[in-house]
Amino acid sequence: MKLHLARRYRFSASHRLHSAQLSEEENQSVYGKCNNPYGHGHNYVVEVAISGPVDHSTGMIANLADLDAFVDREIIEPFDHKYLNEEIAEFRESVPTTENLCIEIFNRLQGFPKARLERVRVEETGLNSFEYAGEPEGATHE
Amino acid sequence: MVYLTRKIEFSASHLYHNPAFTAEENRRVFGKCNNPHGHGHNYVLEVTVAGDPDPATGMVLDLKELKEILQREVTDRMDHRFLNYEVPELAGQIPTCENIAAVIWRLLEPKITRGHLNRVRLYETPDLFVDCYGESNGAAPHSGGAR
Repeated sequence: MKLHLARRYRFSASHRLHSAQLSEEENQSVYGKCNNPYGHGHNYVVEVAISGPVDHSTGMIANLADLDAFVDREIIEPFDHKYLNEEIAEFRESVPTTENLCIEIFNRLQGFPKARLERVRVEETGLNSFEYAGEPEGATHE
Repeated sequence: MVYLTRKIEFSASHLYHNPAFTAEENRRVFGKCNNPHGHGHNYVLEVTVAGDPDPATGMVLDLKELKEILQREVTDRMDHRFLNYEVPELAGQIPTCENIAAVIWRLLEPKITRGHLNRVRLYETPDLFVDCYGESNGAAPHSGGAR
């Protein structure tokens, strides 16, 4: 029986969309309000889906306490109430769009030892969400 | 192929307890869910059926028919029940979201004769849900849908 268990988590953080590869004017025209030099924030929702065999003795794919502790340590602690551009090393090099944030969260959660990570969905607001399930076999992500 | 999703809600109580574990192990593994008096949830079930619309009716299947199947197979069995004691299909299993979703899949799958059951999504709370795709046949599952 193919089952995915999904759990939703929340954190709040600020960011600024600004690319070192674009001129000031280009940054303004591409990112608009999101290019404000002081940054701005969101209440992010992170939906984490895992899969694996259901342990007959517990009825579970993985104990939620283990998943919660792992996500708390790998994502909530480092990201909550932070300025993503400065306080997350990866975003000193890349723009912290929610596309890149979703990929970064997926990469950090792939090490969950108790189940397979299926996908990560990040809601930047209630109206925007992004989903990443890793790259197809054999492909590499730039 | 079109994916049609119908949502229902039911409320039920349960507890997690494995008689093969010691009392201490049960508390450690299941935490608050091991409370012997049980506790409850408002479950939300989304059932997705995939198929091509019938050219004569424009429907994958008649929603009224799906509604009746969900009433009979799920609501009548599980709504306002103590899942551990009152749902025979769950006997001998811990009534986790994983196991309940799998039971619901097995109940619904043979009853859906127009189109085919694609996904059962069961929310235990708005922040915890399970997607069941049955015995995977290699077809790409539908991962979107209403929330």
